[in-house]
Amino acid sequence: MIAALTRVFGFHNLALAEDVMQDALCRALEVWKHHGMPDNPSAWLMTTAKNCAVDVLRRERTARTFAPEITRLLESEWTFRPTIEAAFGPHAIQDDELRMMFSCVDPRLTEEAQVALILHILCGFSVGEISNAFLCSAAAAEKRITRAKKVLATATQLFELSGTEDFCSRLSAVHRALYLLFNEGYHGANTKTAVRVELCREAMRLATLLRDHPLAATPPTYALLALMCLHAARMPSRVDESGSLSLLPDQDRSQWNAELIREGQRLLEESATGDVVSEYHLEAAIAWCHASAPTAQATNWAQVITLYDTLLRIRPSPVIALNRAIAIAQHAGPEQGLVAIQAIDGCERLQAYPFYPMALGELELQCGRKTRASQHFTAALQLARNPTEQRFMRSRIEACALR
Amino acid sequence: MSEFLYVYRGGHRDGGWSKQSPEEIQQIMQKWMTWMQGLAEKGHLKDRGHPLEPEGKLVSSKTVTDGPYAEKDLVGGYSLIEAKDLAQAAELSKGCPILERGGAVEVRPIMKM
Repeated sequence: MIAALTRVFGFHNLALAEDVMQDALCRALEVWKHHGMPDNPSAWLMTTAKNCAVDVLRRERTARTFAPEITRLLESEWTFRPTIEAAFGPHAIQDDELRMMFSCVDPRLTEEAQVALILHILCGFSVGEISNAFLCSAAAAEKRITRAKKVLATATQLFELSGTEDFCSRLSAVHRALYLLFNEGYHGANTKTAVRVELCREAMRLATLLRDHPLAATPPTYALLALMCLHAARMPSRVDESGSLSLLPDQDRSQWNAELIREGQRLLEESATGDVVSEYHLEAAIAWCHASAPTAQATNWAQVITLYDTLLRIRPSPVIALNRAIAIAQHAGPEQGLVAIQAIDGCERLQAYPFYPMALGELELQCGRKTRASQHFTAALQLARNPTEQRFMRSRIEACALR
Repeated sequence: MSEFLYVYRGGHRDGGWSKQSPEEIQQIMQKWMTWMQGLAEKGHLKDRGHPLEPEGKLVSSKTVTDGPYAEKDLVGGYSLIEAKDLAQAAELSKGCPILERGGAVEVRPIMKM
Protein backbone atom coordinates (compact mmCIF):
# COMPACT_ATOMS: atom_id res chain seq x y z
CA MET A 1 0.00 0.00 0.00
CA ILE A 2 2.88 2.32 0.86
CA ALA A 3 4.31 1.40 -2.53
CA ALA A 4 1.13 2.49 -4.32
CA LEU A 5 0.93 5.72 -2.33
CA THR A 6 4.56 6.49 -3.05
CA ARG A 7 3.92 5.86 -6.70
CA VAL A 8 1.35 8.69 -6.87
CA PHE A 9 3.00 11.00 -4.36
CA GLY A 10 6.52 10.58 -5.69
CA PHE A 11 9.42 9.04 -3.87
CA HIS A 12 10.44 12.26 -2.21
CA ASN A 13 7.09 12.16 -0.37
CA LEU A 14 7.68 8.79 1.26
CA ALA A 15 7.01 10.28 4.70
CA LEU A 16 3.70 11.68 3.46
CA ALA A 17 2.76 8.27 2.09
CA GLU A 18 3.48 6.74 5.49
CA ASP A 19 1.36 9.35 7.25
CA VAL A 20 -1.53 8.75 4.88
CA MET A 21 -1.21 5.02 5.41
CA GLN A 22 -1.21 5.49 9.18
CA ASP A 23 -4.24 7.74 8.95
CA ALA A 24 -6.13 5.23 6.81
CA LEU A 25 -5.34 2.49 9.29
CA CYS A 26 -6.47 4.56 12.31
CA ARG A 27 -9.74 5.41 10.57
CA ALA A 28 -10.38 1.82 9.63
CA LEU A 29 -9.74 0.66 13.19
CA GLU A 30 -12.12 3.24 14.67
CA VAL A 31 -14.91 2.23 12.30
CA TRP A 32 -14.24 -1.46 12.86
CA LYS A 33 -14.52 -0.96 16.61
CA HIS A 34 -18.15 -0.03 16.07
CA HIS A 35 -19.16 -2.08 13.10
CA GLY A 36 -16.88 -5.07 13.24
CA MET A 37 -14.21 -6.13 10.78
CA PRO A 38 -15.31 -6.41 7.16
CA ASP A 39 -14.88 -9.68 5.26
CA ASN A 40 -11.94 -8.37 3.31
CA PRO A 41 -10.09 -5.93 5.57
CA SER A 42 -7.15 -5.39 3.23
CA ALA A 43 -9.38 -4.37 0.30
CA TRP A 44 -11.25 -2.06 2.65
CA LEU A 45 -7.98 -0.54 3.83
CA MET A 46 -6.83 -0.06 0.26
CA THR A 47 -10.01 1.86 -0.57
CA THR A 48 -9.59 3.99 2.54
CA ALA A 49 -5.97 4.70 1.64
CA LYS A 50 -7.02 5.63 -1.88
CA ASN A 51 -9.62 8.08 -0.57
CA CYS A 52 -7.12 9.60 1.84
CA ALA A 53 -4.67 9.93 -1.06
CA VAL A 54 -7.28 11.71 -3.17
CA ASP A 55 -7.88 14.20 -0.34
CA VAL A 56 -4.17 14.89 0.04
CA LEU A 57 -3.62 15.24 -3.70
CA ARG A 58 -6.48 17.70 -4.09
CA ARG A 59 -5.54 19.70 -1.01
CA GLU A 60 -1.83 19.96 -1.76
CA ARG A 61 -1.84 19.94 -5.52
CA THR A 62 -0.48 23.46 -5.65
CA ALA A 63 1.77 23.34 -2.60
CA ARG A 64 3.70 20.17 -3.33
CA THR A 65 5.07 18.39 -6.32
CA PHE A 66 4.03 14.79 -6.63
CA ALA A 67 5.29 12.00 -8.84
CA PRO A 68 6.72 13.75 -11.91
CA GLU A 69 5.47 11.18 -14.39
CA ILE A 70 1.83 11.68 -13.45
CA THR A 71 1.78 15.33 -12.39
CA ARG A 72 0.15 16.44 -15.61
CA LEU A 73 -2.50 13.74 -15.32
CA LEU A 74 -3.34 14.88 -11.81
CA GLU A 75 -3.82 18.48 -12.89
CA SER A 76 -6.93 17.88 -14.92
CA GLU A 77 -10.16 16.57 -13.45
CA TRP A 78 -10.65 14.52 -16.61
CA THR A 79 -7.62 12.38 -15.94
CA PHE A 80 -7.42 12.66 -12.14
CA ARG A 81 -9.77 9.81 -11.18
CA PRO A 82 -8.66 7.31 -13.84
CA THR A 83 -5.01 7.92 -12.88
CA ILE A 84 -5.73 7.24 -9.22
CA GLU A 85 -7.84 4.18 -10.00
CA ALA A 86 -5.07 2.81 -12.18
CA ALA A 87 -2.44 3.40 -9.49
CA PHE A 88 -4.49 1.49 -6.91
CA GLY A 89 -5.52 -1.38 -9.18
CA PRO A 90 -4.30 -4.82 -8.10
CA HIS A 91 -1.93 -5.17 -11.02
CA ALA A 92 -0.36 -1.76 -10.53
CA ILE A 93 0.16 -2.48 -6.85
CA GLN A 94 2.18 -5.60 -7.54
CA ASP A 95 4.28 -3.62 -9.94
CA ASP A 96 4.73 -0.82 -7.44
CA GLU A 97 5.82 -3.25 -4.78
CA LEU A 98 8.49 -4.56 -7.11
CA ARG A 99 9.63 -1.09 -8.04
CA MET A 100 9.76 -0.19 -4.36
CA MET A 101 11.86 -3.30 -3.70
CA PHE A 102 14.33 -2.26 -6.37
CA SER A 103 14.39 1.27 -5.02
CA CYS A 104 15.20 -0.01 -1.53
CA VAL A 105 18.35 -1.79 -2.68
CA ASP A 106 19.98 1.50 -3.57
CA PRO A 107 23.72 0.92 -4.02
CA ARG A 108 24.42 3.85 -1.68
CA LEU A 109 22.96 1.84 1.21
CA THR A 110 24.50 -1.00 3.18
CA GLU A 111 22.94 -4.45 2.91
CA GLU A 112 21.61 -4.18 6.47
CA ALA A 113 19.96 -0.87 5.66
CA GLN A 114 18.42 -2.30 2.49
CA VAL A 115 16.93 -5.24 4.35
CA ALA A 116 15.65 -3.00 7.14
CA LEU A 117 14.00 -0.71 4.59
CA ILE A 118 12.31 -3.58 2.78
CA LEU A 119 10.99 -4.88 6.08
CA HIS A 120 9.77 -1.47 7.10
CA ILE A 121 8.24 -0.22 3.88
CA LEU A 122 7.15 -3.39 2.10
CA CYS A 123 6.40 -5.69 4.99
CA GLY A 124 5.06 -3.07 7.39
CA PHE A 125 7.37 -4.04 10.24
CA SER A 126 7.61 -1.51 13.05
CA VAL A 127 10.99 -0.22 14.21
CA GLY A 128 10.59 -2.36 17.32
CA GLU A 129 10.07 -5.52 15.31
CA ILE A 130 13.04 -4.73 13.09
CA SER A 131 15.29 -4.17 16.09
CA ASN A 132 14.01 -7.49 17.42
CA ALA A 133 14.75 -9.26 14.18
CA PHE A 134 18.30 -7.94 13.95
CA LEU A 135 19.12 -7.93 17.64
CA CYS A 136 19.97 -4.25 17.75
CA SER A 137 18.52 -1.50 19.89
CA ALA A 138 15.34 0.22 18.74
CA ALA A 139 17.28 3.50 18.58
CA ALA A 140 19.87 1.98 16.26
CA ALA A 141 17.18 0.52 14.00
CA GLU A 142 15.34 3.84 13.95
CA LYS A 143 18.53 5.66 13.01
CA ARG A 144 19.36 3.16 10.30
CA ILE A 145 15.91 3.49 8.75
CA THR A 146 15.72 7.26 8.99
CA ARG A 147 19.14 7.64 7.39
CA ALA A 148 18.25 5.21 4.62
CA LYS A 149 14.99 7.01 3.90
CA LYS A 150 16.88 10.28 3.57
CA VAL A 151 19.08 8.73 0.93
CA LEU A 152 16.06 7.37 -0.93
CA ALA A 153 14.21 10.69 -0.75
CA THR A 154 16.75 12.25 -3.10
CA ALA A 155 15.14 10.26 -5.90
CA THR A 156 11.76 11.57 -7.00
CA GLN A 157 10.40 8.45 -8.55
CA LEU A 158 10.43 4.73 -8.00
CA PHE A 159 12.99 2.61 -9.79
CA GLU A 160 11.91 1.86 -13.34
CA LEU A 161 11.68 -1.83 -14.16
CA SER A 162 13.39 -2.22 -17.50
CA GLY A 163 16.01 -4.55 -18.87
CA THR A 164 18.95 -2.22 -18.33
CA GLU A 165 22.28 -3.09 -16.81
CA ASP A 166 21.29 -1.20 -13.69
CA PHE A 167 18.24 -3.44 -13.44
CA CYS A 168 20.39 -6.57 -13.50
CA SER A 169 22.74 -5.42 -10.77
CA ARG A 170 19.82 -4.30 -8.65
CA LEU A 171 18.12 -7.64 -9.20
CA SER A 172 21.05 -9.43 -7.64
CA ALA A 173 20.98 -6.96 -4.76
CA VAL A 174 17.27 -7.74 -4.32
CA HIS A 175 18.09 -11.47 -4.32
CA ARG A 176 20.73 -10.89 -1.68
CA ALA A 177 18.40 -8.79 0.51
CA LEU A 178 15.60 -11.36 0.31
CA TYR A 179 18.10 -14.13 1.02
CA LEU A 180 19.31 -12.29 4.14
CA LEU A 181 15.73 -11.63 5.17
CA PHE A 182 14.85 -15.29 4.88
CA ASN A 183 18.01 -16.41 6.66
CA GLU A 184 17.40 -14.03 9.50
CA GLY A 185 14.05 -15.71 9.98
CA TYR A 186 15.39 -19.21 9.55
CA HIS A 187 18.68 -19.19 11.43
CA GLY A 188 18.32 -15.89 13.22
CA ALA A 189 19.02 -15.43 16.86
CA ASN A 190 15.62 -14.02 17.60
CA THR A 191 13.81 -15.78 20.39
CA LYS A 192 10.30 -15.02 19.27
CA THR A 193 9.27 -17.81 16.93
CA ALA A 194 6.35 -15.80 15.60
CA VAL A 195 8.56 -13.00 14.27
CA ARG A 196 10.89 -15.50 12.63
CA VAL A 197 8.20 -17.33 10.75
CA GLU A 198 6.85 -13.97 9.66
CA LEU A 199 10.26 -12.98 8.25
CA CYS A 200 10.47 -16.15 6.19
CA ARG A 201 6.93 -15.74 4.95
CA GLU A 202 7.54 -12.15 3.86
CA ALA A 203 10.77 -13.11 2.09
CA MET A 204 8.88 -15.82 0.21
CA ARG A 205 6.04 -13.46 -0.67
CA LEU A 206 8.44 -10.91 -2.14
CA ALA A 207 10.44 -13.59 -3.97
CA THR A 208 7.17 -14.81 -5.50
CA LEU A 209 6.48 -11.28 -6.75
CA LEU A 210 9.86 -11.39 -8.49
CA ARG A 211 9.08 -14.74 -10.07
CA ASP A 212 5.77 -13.40 -11.40
CA HIS A 213 7.37 -10.48 -13.20
CA PRO A 214 8.61 -11.27 -16.72
CA LEU A 215 11.86 -9.34 -16.33
CA ALA A 216 12.66 -10.42 -12.79
CA ALA A 217 11.88 -14.13 -13.28
CA THR A 218 15.49 -15.10 -14.00
CA PRO A 219 17.01 -18.52 -13.18
CA PRO A 220 18.54 -17.22 -9.92
CA THR A 221 15.08 -15.93 -8.91
CA TYR A 222 13.65 -19.43 -9.37
CA ALA A 223 16.60 -20.93 -7.50
CA LEU A 224 16.19 -18.48 -4.62
CA LEU A 225 12.50 -19.27 -4.28
CA ALA A 226 13.26 -23.01 -4.54
CA LEU A 227 15.81 -22.64 -1.75
CA MET A 228 13.27 -20.85 0.44
CA CYS A 229 10.59 -23.50 -0.17
CA LEU A 230 12.96 -26.37 0.61
CA HIS A 231 14.17 -24.74 3.81
CA ALA A 232 10.70 -23.66 4.87
CA ALA A 233 9.51 -27.24 4.40
CA ARG A 234 11.82 -28.31 7.23
CA MET A 235 10.83 -25.52 9.57
CA PRO A 236 8.16 -27.41 11.59
CA SER A 237 10.74 -29.94 12.80
CA ARG A 238 13.57 -27.57 13.70
CA VAL A 239 12.22 -27.22 17.21
CA ASP A 240 10.91 -30.39 18.85
CA GLU A 241 7.87 -30.78 21.10
CA SER A 242 9.72 -29.68 24.23
CA GLY A 243 10.78 -26.47 22.44
CA SER A 244 14.39 -27.60 22.04
CA LEU A 245 16.46 -27.16 18.92
CA SER A 246 16.54 -30.32 16.83
CA LEU A 247 19.45 -30.92 14.46
CA LEU A 248 19.02 -32.18 10.92
CA PRO A 249 19.94 -35.85 11.64
CA ASP A 250 17.53 -35.98 14.61
CA GLN A 251 14.60 -34.26 12.94
CA ASP A 252 11.31 -36.07 12.46
CA ARG A 253 11.19 -36.11 8.68
CA SER A 254 7.52 -37.01 8.60
CA GLN A 255 6.87 -33.45 9.82
CA TRP A 256 8.47 -31.94 6.77
CA ASN A 257 6.03 -30.19 4.48
CA ALA A 258 5.77 -32.43 1.42
CA GLU A 259 3.91 -29.81 -0.60
CA LEU A 260 6.67 -27.22 -0.12
CA ILE A 261 9.29 -29.83 -1.01
CA ARG A 262 7.46 -30.59 -4.27
CA GLU A 263 7.13 -26.88 -5.00
CA GLY A 264 10.85 -26.42 -4.26
CA GLN A 265 11.75 -29.28 -6.57
CA ARG A 266 9.59 -27.89 -9.36
CA LEU A 267 11.17 -24.44 -8.99
CA LEU A 268 14.65 -25.91 -8.89
CA GLU A 269 13.98 -27.73 -12.15
CA GLU A 270 12.70 -24.52 -13.72
CA SER A 271 15.79 -22.65 -12.50
CA ALA A 272 18.04 -24.97 -14.48
CA THR A 273 18.23 -22.84 -17.61
CA GLY A 274 20.78 -20.34 -18.83
CA ASP A 275 24.50 -20.58 -18.31
CA VAL A 276 24.87 -19.06 -14.86
CA VAL A 277 25.04 -21.19 -11.74
CA SER A 278 24.31 -18.85 -8.87
CA GLU A 279 24.95 -19.45 -5.19
CA TYR A 280 21.18 -19.88 -4.84
CA HIS A 281 21.22 -22.75 -7.34
CA LEU A 282 23.86 -24.49 -5.25
CA GLU A 283 22.21 -23.85 -1.91
CA ALA A 284 18.86 -24.98 -3.29
CA ALA A 285 20.48 -28.13 -4.66
CA ILE A 286 22.02 -28.86 -1.25
CA ALA A 287 18.66 -28.25 0.41
CA TRP A 288 17.12 -30.63 -2.14
CA CYS A 289 19.66 -33.35 -1.24
CA HIS A 290 18.49 -33.10 2.37
CA ALA A 291 14.81 -32.75 1.63
CA SER A 292 14.70 -35.73 -0.72
CA ALA A 293 16.59 -38.14 1.55
CA PRO A 294 14.40 -40.47 3.59
CA THR A 295 16.93 -40.53 6.45
CA ALA A 296 20.09 -38.64 7.36
CA GLN A 297 22.17 -41.76 6.62
CA ALA A 298 20.60 -42.15 3.19
CA THR A 299 21.56 -38.60 2.19
CA ASN A 300 23.86 -38.36 -0.80
CA TRP A 301 26.65 -36.80 1.26
CA ALA A 302 29.23 -37.07 -1.53
CA GLN A 303 27.05 -34.90 -3.73
CA VAL A 304 26.43 -32.46 -0.87
CA ILE A 305 30.19 -32.08 -0.42
CA THR A 306 30.74 -31.46 -4.14
CA LEU A 307 28.01 -28.81 -4.12
CA TYR A 308 29.63 -27.15 -1.09
CA ASP A 309 32.97 -27.16 -2.92
CA THR A 310 31.47 -25.27 -5.86
CA LEU A 311 29.57 -22.93 -3.55
CA LEU A 312 32.80 -22.08 -1.71
CA ARG A 313 34.42 -21.14 -5.01
CA ILE A 314 31.59 -18.72 -5.83
CA ARG A 315 31.19 -17.35 -2.34
CA PRO A 316 34.03 -18.12 0.07
CA SER A 317 32.66 -18.02 3.61
CA PRO A 318 33.79 -19.73 6.82
CA VAL A 319 30.17 -20.60 7.67
CA ILE A 320 29.78 -22.48 4.40
CA ALA A 321 33.14 -24.16 4.98
CA LEU A 322 31.91 -25.27 8.41
CA ASN A 323 28.78 -26.77 6.87
CA ARG A 324 30.96 -28.55 4.34
CA ALA A 325 33.11 -29.97 7.15
CA ILE A 326 29.97 -31.29 8.88
CA ALA A 327 28.93 -32.97 5.63
CA ILE A 328 32.41 -34.54 5.39
CA ALA A 329 32.00 -35.87 8.93
CA GLN A 330 28.71 -37.48 7.90
CA HIS A 331 30.33 -38.97 4.83
CA ALA A 332 33.77 -40.00 6.04
CA GLY A 333 33.51 -40.04 9.82
CA PRO A 334 34.03 -37.52 12.65
CA GLU A 335 37.86 -37.56 12.52
CA GLN A 336 37.81 -36.43 8.89
CA GLY A 337 35.24 -33.77 9.82
CA LEU A 338 37.55 -32.40 12.52
CA VAL A 339 40.44 -32.25 10.04
CA ALA A 340 38.21 -30.31 7.65
CA ILE A 341 37.17 -27.88 10.38
CA GLN A 342 40.80 -27.22 11.31
CA ALA A 343 41.54 -26.46 7.67
CA ILE A 344 38.86 -23.75 7.38
CA ASP A 345 40.16 -20.52 5.95
CA GLY A 346 39.41 -17.60 8.25
CA CYS A 347 38.02 -19.77 11.03
CA GLU A 348 38.86 -16.97 13.49
CA ARG A 349 35.78 -15.23 12.08
CA LEU A 350 33.71 -18.08 13.50
CA GLN A 351 34.82 -17.43 17.07
CA ALA A 352 31.53 -15.77 18.02
CA TYR A 353 29.39 -18.27 16.11
CA PRO A 354 27.90 -20.75 18.61
CA PHE A 355 27.56 -23.49 16.01
CA TYR A 356 31.35 -23.55 15.52
CA PRO A 357 32.27 -24.89 18.99
CA MET A 358 29.06 -26.89 18.90
CA ALA A 359 30.15 -28.73 15.74
CA LEU A 360 33.56 -29.37 17.30
CA GLY A 361 31.90 -30.70 20.43
CA GLU A 362 29.56 -32.92 18.47
CA LEU A 363 32.41 -34.49 16.48
CA GLU A 364 34.67 -34.92 19.53
CA LEU A 365 31.78 -36.65 21.28
CA GLN A 366 31.32 -38.97 18.33
CA CYS A 367 35.04 -39.81 18.60
CA GLY A 368 34.46 -40.65 22.27
CA ARG A 369 36.52 -37.77 23.69
CA LYS A 370 33.97 -36.60 26.25
CA THR A 371 36.11 -34.11 28.14
CA ARG A 372 37.08 -32.18 25.02
CA ALA A 373 33.52 -32.35 23.74
CA SER A 374 32.22 -30.96 27.01
CA GLN A 375 34.71 -28.06 26.82
CA HIS A 376 33.51 -27.17 23.35
CA PHE A 377 29.86 -27.30 24.38
CA THR A 378 30.63 -25.10 27.36
CA ALA A 379 32.21 -22.57 25.00
CA ALA A 380 29.14 -22.82 22.77
CA LEU A 381 26.88 -22.23 25.75
CA GLN A 382 28.69 -18.94 26.42
CA LEU A 383 27.98 -17.87 22.84
CA ALA A 384 24.36 -19.06 22.70
CA ARG A 385 22.09 -16.23 21.63
CA ASN A 386 18.75 -17.28 23.04
CA PRO A 387 17.19 -19.65 25.60
CA THR A 388 16.51 -22.30 22.94
CA GLU A 389 20.19 -22.46 21.99
CA GLN A 390 21.23 -22.33 25.65
CA ARG A 391 18.95 -25.22 26.54
CA PHE A 392 20.35 -27.22 23.64
CA MET A 393 23.99 -26.70 24.67
CA ARG A 394 23.18 -27.63 28.28
CA SER A 395 21.59 -30.88 27.14
CA ARG A 396 24.73 -31.65 25.11
CA ILE A 397 26.98 -30.99 28.13
CA GLU A 398 24.80 -33.42 30.10
CA ALA A 399 25.10 -35.97 27.32
CA CYS A 400 28.90 -35.78 27.63
CA ALA A 401 28.68 -36.59 31.33
CA LEU A 402 26.36 -39.53 30.70
CA ARG A 403 28.09 -41.57 28.08
CA MET B 1 -36.87 -1.27 28.12
CA SER B 2 -35.45 2.24 27.99
CA GLU B 3 -32.89 3.72 25.69
CA PHE B 4 -29.51 5.10 26.61
CA LEU B 5 -26.71 6.86 24.84
CA TYR B 6 -23.14 5.68 25.36
CA VAL B 7 -20.69 8.48 24.76
CA TYR B 8 -17.11 7.22 24.45
CA ARG B 9 -14.64 9.68 25.87
CA GLY B 10 -10.85 9.75 25.76
CA GLY B 11 -8.94 6.50 25.58
CA HIS B 12 -6.02 7.76 23.45
CA ARG B 13 -7.83 7.66 20.23
CA ASP B 14 -5.56 8.97 17.54
CA GLY B 15 -1.84 8.55 17.58
CA GLY B 16 -2.47 5.87 20.16
CA TRP B 17 -2.65 3.27 17.45
CA SER B 18 0.76 4.00 15.99
CA LYS B 19 2.39 3.25 19.34
CA GLN B 20 0.85 -0.21 19.52
CA SER B 21 2.34 -3.34 18.06
CA PRO B 22 0.20 -5.27 15.56
CA GLU B 23 -0.54 -7.89 18.21
CA GLU B 24 -1.73 -5.26 20.66
CA ILE B 25 -3.90 -3.62 17.99
CA GLN B 26 -5.39 -6.98 17.19
CA GLN B 27 -6.12 -7.56 20.88
CA ILE B 28 -7.79 -4.18 21.29
CA MET B 29 -9.88 -4.70 18.16
CA GLN B 30 -10.86 -8.17 19.30
CA LYS B 31 -12.00 -6.82 22.64
CA TRP B 32 -14.13 -4.15 21.02
CA MET B 33 -15.73 -6.53 18.60
CA THR B 34 -16.40 -9.13 21.29
CA TRP B 35 -17.94 -6.51 23.54
CA MET B 36 -20.15 -5.02 20.82
CA GLN B 37 -21.14 -8.50 19.67
CA GLY B 38 -22.04 -9.46 23.24
CA LEU B 39 -24.34 -6.44 23.57
CA ALA B 40 -25.93 -7.15 20.20
CA GLU B 41 -26.59 -10.81 21.01
CA LYS B 42 -28.32 -9.95 24.27
CA GLY B 43 -30.49 -7.43 22.43
CA HIS B 44 -28.99 -4.38 24.12
CA LEU B 45 -27.52 -2.78 21.02
CA LYS B 46 -30.14 -0.56 19.43
CA ASP B 47 -27.68 1.18 17.13
CA ARG B 48 -23.94 0.54 16.87
CA GLY B 49 -23.48 4.26 16.36
CA HIS B 50 -20.37 5.76 14.79
CA PRO B 51 -16.87 6.93 15.57
CA LEU B 52 -16.37 10.69 15.29
CA GLU B 53 -13.68 12.67 13.52
CA PRO B 54 -11.28 14.23 16.02
CA GLU B 55 -11.67 17.74 14.65
CA GLY B 56 -14.73 19.96 14.92
CA LYS B 57 -15.95 23.35 16.02
CA LEU B 58 -17.31 24.54 19.32
CA VAL B 59 -19.90 27.24 18.61
CA SER B 60 -21.08 29.59 21.33
CA SER B 61 -23.01 32.84 21.05
CA LYS B 62 -19.83 34.89 20.95
CA THR B 63 -17.10 32.65 19.61
CA VAL B 64 -16.46 29.72 17.35
CA THR B 65 -13.47 27.65 18.50
CA ASP B 66 -11.75 24.92 16.54
CA GLY B 67 -11.02 21.47 17.89
CA PRO B 68 -9.11 19.42 18.79
CA TYR B 69 -10.11 19.26 22.40
CA ALA B 70 -8.38 17.95 25.49
CA GLU B 71 -7.62 14.30 24.92
CA LYS B 72 -9.43 13.01 27.99
CA ASP B 73 -12.69 14.78 27.13
CA LEU B 74 -12.58 14.06 23.43
CA VAL B 75 -15.74 12.31 22.35
CA GLY B 76 -14.57 9.50 20.11
CA GLY B 77 -17.94 7.99 19.22
CA TYR B 78 -21.36 6.94 20.42
CA SER B 79 -23.75 4.00 20.47
CA LEU B 80 -27.43 3.60 21.30
CA ILE B 81 -28.26 1.04 23.98
CA GLU B 82 -31.41 -0.58 25.28
CA ALA B 83 -31.52 -1.54 28.94
CA LYS B 84 -33.94 -2.07 31.81
CA ASP B 85 -32.80 1.00 33.69
CA LEU B 86 -29.85 3.33 34.17
CA ALA B 87 -28.23 0.94 36.63
CA GLN B 88 -28.24 -1.88 34.09
CA ALA B 89 -27.01 0.41 31.30
CA ALA B 90 -24.13 1.53 33.52
CA GLU B 91 -23.36 -2.06 34.46
CA LEU B 92 -23.24 -3.10 30.80
CA SER B 93 -20.82 -0.31 29.96
CA LYS B 94 -18.28 -1.68 32.41
CA GLY B 95 -17.16 -4.22 29.83
CA CYS B 96 -16.20 -1.49 27.37
CA PRO B 97 -12.52 -1.87 26.36
CA ILE B 98 -12.08 1.92 26.39
CA LEU B 99 -11.91 1.74 30.18
CA GLU B 100 -8.70 -0.28 30.01
CA ARG B 101 -7.02 2.52 28.08
CA GLY B 102 -7.83 5.40 30.37
CA GLY B 103 -11.05 6.36 28.64
CA ALA B 104 -14.60 6.59 30.01
CA VAL B 105 -18.14 5.87 28.94
CA GLU B 106 -20.76 8.48 29.68
CA VAL B 107 -24.15 6.78 30.06
CA ARG B 108 -27.15 9.05 29.50
CA PRO B 109 -30.82 8.06 29.54
CA ILE B 110 -32.70 9.24 26.49
CA MET B 111 -35.67 11.34 27.47
CA LYS B 112 -38.95 10.03 26.10
CA MET B 113 -42.40 11.58 26.32
